[in-house]
Amino acid sequence: MECGTVRNFIWTRLTRSALVLTATVTMGVSITAHAEMLDVEKDELKFGFIKLTDMAPLAIAYEKGYFEDEGLFVTLEPQANWKVLLDRVITGELDGAHMLAGQPLAATIGFGTEAHIITPFSMDLNGNGITVSNDVWAEMKKNIPLQADGKPVHPIKADYLKPVVDRFRNDGKPFKMGMVFPVSTHNYELRYWLAAGGLHPGYYSGENITGQIQADVLLSVTPPPQMPATLEAGTIHGYCVGEPWNQQAVFKGIGVPVITDYEIWKDNPEKVFGITAGFADKYPNTALAVTKALIRAAMWLDENNNANRQEAVDILSRSEYVGADREVIANSMTGTFEYEKGDKRDVPDFNVFFRYFATYPYYSDAIWYLSQMRRWGQITDGKSDAWYKDVAAKVYRPDIYLAAAKLLVEEGLADKADFPWDTDGFKPPQTEFIDAITFDGRAPNSYLEQFPIGLKGTEKVEGSSVVDG
Amino acid sequence: MSVVSDIDTAAEEARQRRKERMFTWIGRADTYLNMLALGWVTPLLKIAAGDPVGHQLKELGRGLGMPVLGILLFLFVWAQTAPLVNTSLGAIPGPAGVWEQVENLYDDHVRERTKEDAFMARQEVRNAKLEAQGKSDRVKWRSYTGAPTYLDQIWTSLITVGFGFLLATLVAVPLGIVCGLSKAVNAGVNPLIQIFKPVSPLAWLPLVTMIVSAVYAGNSDLFPKSFVVSAITVMLCSLWPTLINTAYGVATIDKDLMNVGRVLQLSWSKQIVKLVLPSAMPLIFTGLRLSLGVGWMVLIAAEMLAQNPGLGKFVWDEFQNGSSSSLAKILVAVFTIGIIGFLLDRVMLALQTMFTHSETH
Repeated sequence: MECGTVRNFIWTRLTRSALVLTATVTMGVSITAHAEMLDVEKDELKFGFIKLTDMAPLAIAYEKGYFEDEGLFVTLEPQANWKVLLDRVITGELDGAHMLAGQPLAATIGFGTEAHIITPFSMDLNGNGITVSNDVWAEMKKNIPLQADGKPVHPIKADYLKPVVDRFRNDGKPFKMGMVFPVSTHNYELRYWLAAGGLHPGYYSGENITGQIQADVLLSVTPPPQMPATLEAGTIHGYCVGEPWNQQAVFKGIGVPVITDYEIWKDNPEKVFGITAGFADKYPNTALAVTKALIRAAMWLDENNNANRQEAVDILSRSEYVGADREVIANSMTGTFEYEKGDKRDVPDFNVFFRYFATYPYYSDAIWYLSQMRRWGQITDGKSDAWYKDVAAKVYRPDIYLAAAKLLVEEGLADKADFPWDTDGFKPPQTEFIDAITFDGRAPNSYLEQFPIGLKGTEKVEGSSVVDG
Repeated sequence: MSVVSDIDTAAEEARQRRKERMFTWIGRADTYLNMLALGWVTPLLKIAAGDPVGHQLKELGRGLGMPVLGILLFLFVWAQTAPLVNTSLGAIPGPAGVWEQVENLYDDHVRERTKEDAFMARQEVRNAKLEAQGKSDRVKWRSYTGAPTYLDQIWTSLITVGFGFLLATLVAVPLGIVCGLSKAVNAGVNPLIQIFKPVSPLAWLPLVTMIVSAVYAGNSDLFPKSFVVSAITVMLCSLWPTLINTAYGVATIDKDLMNVGRVLQLSWSKQIVKLVLPSAMPLIFTGLRLSLGVGWMVLIAAEMLAQNPGLGKFVWDEFQNGSSSSLAKILVAVFTIGIIGFLLDRVMLALQTMFTHSETH
């Protein structure tokens, strides 16, 4: 036994020395490529994430050493659900987290726990899907027109779900669907898709925040990893969630994805990296360093036309990150998406991490989410266009993003052309929505007027009806 | 001839005495072996010491043979029925699948340790460079930032349950002594005990989380919030057996002992330390054993929600992963939790036997 410990000891020493030698050589090479490192105020950080494939920038920044290059020592910790994640960022147990785009906005305006959360970095575009159970799909399929090759025509609008929902309600059974959090992108995309098909997804009111007032389809919250199980159990008949949970349903044979959010709103903003405003004020250099590392990770993920995605899949399939099986994650990360079993289609932009200026925190993105919060009553009263702009400016911080980008360009790690230096934070009016309604971030109120379903102007929800405010 | 027979009888007597001494020794060893669940060794020793084999074999059969047979039968039934149950995460794994994951988890642990060595190596290089550049004030030695491995998580769980159990003992034993000594206090406290005893840890958790978040402002590395929340939840659920048993033990000590104390005019503290505690010790230890068992069960649930990086979080994260190896890993965790619970119970039993034996010697 003693011989073994001595042998162990010698072996550890040998390995350590060998590693020190390797480290010296590699670090000597890499350090010469950098300018002076930022003087970070807090270098030991803990970031939270939820087990979804779009936490990839965090995992890559850790595994590829981008955090360490900036002098940051980051621990990544998976969280139980979105609420726990947000609460822990607010109390300071987590220094920052992979967040839904709506979370910093909702927290800052006081829907849910109130706290001033900001974001200097948008983590990705697209990446979600809506899946329904096998039974519901069998009913929907009867009405969907087919292409020449016998496969259903895409995108599948909610118009084809309407007869199924009507049949359910005639039988006295509620039609339930799941989404991941009341202020999640999934909630708004699911509602958008349902409303575009003539189905009412329900209102929120000041007193009643279940979001089911006047609803044709009852929406409720389920954490992403539990969605396939809940669908299988029959508690819900469909859900909107990020990957790998849509492909998981296909692989396990328990559901069929009908549409991706890419088809609902092309290149929609999805997750952001959130930190408290206090953290950014107290540790400005640290915030810059974190943003730099994340930008590098995003660039790596989209590099060379997605050449690195397979390696990303290998990293994400480790149990400390996303943990799902490699084949399940590989589909969407490498640009294909399987709808019905056997119906695999090319969706090269299913996950966009850096292309199309995906990481820039646009004000117009924030305003879209705020407009949808207003549309469904989470923002109970009508607000002026200026109010939307103010909230967006409070929460989205392109100043930190551009400062980080500038440092990366100076250090020769990024191309000047990759960043939108001159933008005023508003994308040009966007038309690629499933219902073809144009969105202009500068005029959210007139945008809301265009929807047949949804609150407009000064309308309010009182009790179970809509009144003029 | 008589000389020979005398020598024979003398030798025979010596052998007899040796044998008796041997058996007395075996008898004493048996108590300790039983504490460690190794009671089946005794028949083997007795056979070696010359006892008739037949009777001892029957003892051996009961002590060792039956448990082994039971375990083998269970493994067989499991291996046969598991593939018949198909869930959406694949068939339920049999013993072979679970063993494979034990090896995988160990491999992951080794891989993580290698990464840690690389991290430490990079740190040494970095700090040496800073020293060389004269920036000694910026030299900092950090602990590894990677995710905790399975063995780390087992250790975290053990520490958390230990801390929670300690808190529970510190609250329950004094309170139990007071309740046992004074019938009035007992009557007053009893309704509260009966109401709070059945409350599940999952019901306590949100309250404990909110209170700890409000009161515990800082965030030290030694006592992270999730650790404190888990430990307090364990305390709240596991203090009841100790409390009730201590109160009962103290209330039922021999009245003559208490009279002796009064006659000798012993102070309160001397009475408690010299009279009350030693007499009530067996029941107090029974309470402690039960509390530790309850605490270990509660810990796993508390960790799942409080996000303490222990076995509870491991099970929850594996469930969230939904990979094809998740079910097997969760079963590994189930067996780990069971085996550790069994070992903890044995440790408490050993302590209890030691304490109560030392009384009578």
